[in-house]
Amino acid sequence: MKKLESSLKNMVLSLTGFSILAGGLLGWVNAATAEPIAQANANALSDAIAKVVPGFDNNPSEEAENVEVNGTTYKIYPATQGGKAIGAAVEASANGFGGALTVLVGFDTEGNIIDYSLLSHTETPGLGSKAADWFKKGAKGDITGKNPGEKTLSVTKDGGEIDAITASTITSRAFLQAVNNAYAAYMNKQVDSTSGASPQY
Amino acid sequence: MTLLSIVMANKLIISLSPHIHSGDSVQKNMYGVLIALIPALLVSFFAFGLGALIVTLTSVAACLFFEWAITKYILKREQTTIMDGSAALTGVLLAFNLPSNLPVWIIIIGALVAIGVGKMTFGGLGCNPFNPALIGRVFLLISFPVQMTSWPQAGQWGAYLDAETGATPLALMKQAIKTGDASVLSDLPSSLSLLIGIPDSCQMGAGCLGEISAGALLLGLIYMLWKKIISWHIPVSILATVFVFSGLMHLANPVYASPIQQLFTGGLMLGAIFMATDYVTSPMSHKGMIIYGIAIGFLTVVIRTFGAYPEGMSFAILIMNAFTPLINTYCKPKRYGEVLKK
Amino acid sequence: MNNFKILINGIVKENPTFVLLLGMCPTLGTTSSAINGMGMGLATMFVLICSNFAISAIKNLVPDMVRIPIFVVVIASFVTILQMLMQAYVPSLYATLGLFIPLIVVNCILLGRAEAFACKNSPIASLFDGLGIGLGFTIALTLLGGIREFLGTGKLFNITIMPEQYGMLVFVLAPGAFIALGYLIAIVNRFKKA
Repeated sequence: MKKLESSLKNMVLSLTGFSILAGGLLGWVNAATAEPIAQANANALSDAIAKVVPGFDNNPSEEAENVEVNGTTYKIYPATQGGKAIGAAVEASANGFGGALTVLVGFDTEGNIIDYSLLSHTETPGLGSKAADWFKKGAKGDITGKNPGEKTLSVTKDGGEIDAITASTITSRAFLQAVNNAYAAYMNKQVDSTSGASPQY
Repeated sequence: MTLLSIVMANKLIISLSPHIHSGDSVQKNMYGVLIALIPALLVSFFAFGLGALIVTLTSVAACLFFEWAITKYILKREQTTIMDGSAALTGVLLAFNLPSNLPVWIIIIGALVAIGVGKMTFGGLGCNPFNPALIGRVFLLISFPVQMTSWPQAGQWGAYLDAETGATPLALMKQAIKTGDASVLSDLPSSLSLLIGIPDSCQMGAGCLGEISAGALLLGLIYMLWKKIISWHIPVSILATVFVFSGLMHLANPVYASPIQQLFTGGLMLGAIFMATDYVTSPMSHKGMIIYGIAIGFLTVVIRTFGAYPEGMSFAILIMNAFTPLINTYCKPKRYGEVLKK
Repeated sequence: MNNFKILINGIVKENPTFVLLLGMCPTLGTTSSAINGMGMGLATMFVLICSNFAISAIKNLVPDMVRIPIFVVVIASFVTILQMLMQAYVPSLYATLGLFIPLIVVNCILLGRAEAFACKNSPIASLFDGLGIGLGFTIALTLLGGIREFLGTGKLFNITIMPEQYGMLVFVLAPGAFIALGYLIAIVNRFKKA
């Protein structure tokens, strides 16, 4: 076959033709993958929640509630087992060394910390970024099982009982503050639901 | 008799101009800078004891070794350049930028990066675009942030790896900015103790070897100016810019530390006097030097105040090292006899 | 040139990373670990093979003056398909490579091979060229990623080889990418001369 000449008609036809072809192909692939992509995104969130509050059988990401404490909105994902509340995952953030630090904290019904997961941060790599594991069970700054309601979490330098990350006191403070905030939001929400009162306007 | 044989017989030496040599040489300048570093070195031994000695010796020995090994086995040059003093100087400056409780293996990596990556990769002394000692320091700072930011407190004579660590004045300043709480700044050592470097009883300074005493470094500056090893342009323009810029910030909001505290803390003096003035990596004309100095001072305060790291001096110098060829191009002195453009 | 030679040419003589120095952005940006480097290499290879084959197949239907826009449409379509497939079936790798997947569109290797090879050769030869260049890119990225991962964290393909405390963190970050790539190219050039 001879190569098409660069006449206006050929150019317009060829460009239009290939664009329609490509558009059609993309539309088809999009339709085919829309379902799995939505599934994968939902899994990512519920996986994160499952890590911090294990054992639920509901769908926390769909039952998420927004709670406002001191002008800041917190997202709370309630976890239930057989219709009975077993705890919740709370998303909270605080200002760290390099910027906002967002953490997902799992609480049981009494407000004890089950586990946490660092969702996003801009801390210094190798220093503040260690917060992702530092406060986990068995690590140096273990916060699991502690209840911020009994004693507000703070680093040893400020008179608390949590060991700060080596050379990253500011990050540690911000992290603990985020956890304390998450607890406050969770407790606020629990008060609302146990009293059964609807918000008064 | 031909002309050539006359020349040969009388051992006349024929060479191109210039015919008069002032005696200035690489060795002379390098050893001059080393002499100027002695007061600061003594203060650091006094403040950090055994640790400072180990860090300095390791760093110098490792720098000399890598210089020798690379010229001999990788570049395969006839002459080694370890005796010209530049590698020893890099070693001392690198040590000055490290905390005194740094393990030996990290110092050796730092020396390898300073000499190998920072200098020899580009062809050796005179060809390196960046200050080798700073390359080594920044590499270590980013690679081993925990070890490089746990500063031992001064006054622990026999301690090396087990030295007690504490917050540096710069970390306190950063904390004040982050929390917006100016009261933290009252924990800073007094300006006088920062200047002398001998901490008063309760407020120990903490920091790396070379930043403990601003006074000893200033003594080195005076010696180098007297011996005409460096000119005043770079150090003075850096220090003045930091003073003015941080002074304005302090006036606007006292959360930012006062200009005196900015001047006497961290690596500012060390950088302004010994690092930024490195011949190879700083501009050649006086006008260029002043532009370079002002930019370094400005960047240092910006990084100290708004950046993620508490100290910005080394980054500021490296950034301006990269600009040096550009500054040189735009600040060429007029040739003698050149017609001035209207 | 037979197909095997075309394949080897892409891996060795015209290695896109070490010889042609093409596609530096993903090379530096995604090679923080061997797995990431390999993932990026394979993703690029997939698009490269598809786009080379498609462009070579339609080369006679494309008027010269509008060939670049049409090539871009073809490449962008394949990249978008790849992105959607990855998002659906390997979300974890997609999360790590993130922005670099759509950026394959502007990877100069793709347009470069379309211009230099696919629009002059048969579809089968173009397919092998895409495979060769893609493999060369994948090998280079995996190598660079492996070196950075090992020096930075002491691991290789997530298997701990030396304790993490000896890792030089700078190699996981952007400056380490430049340093490692620079020395790799220097070493490759050294062996090419010999």
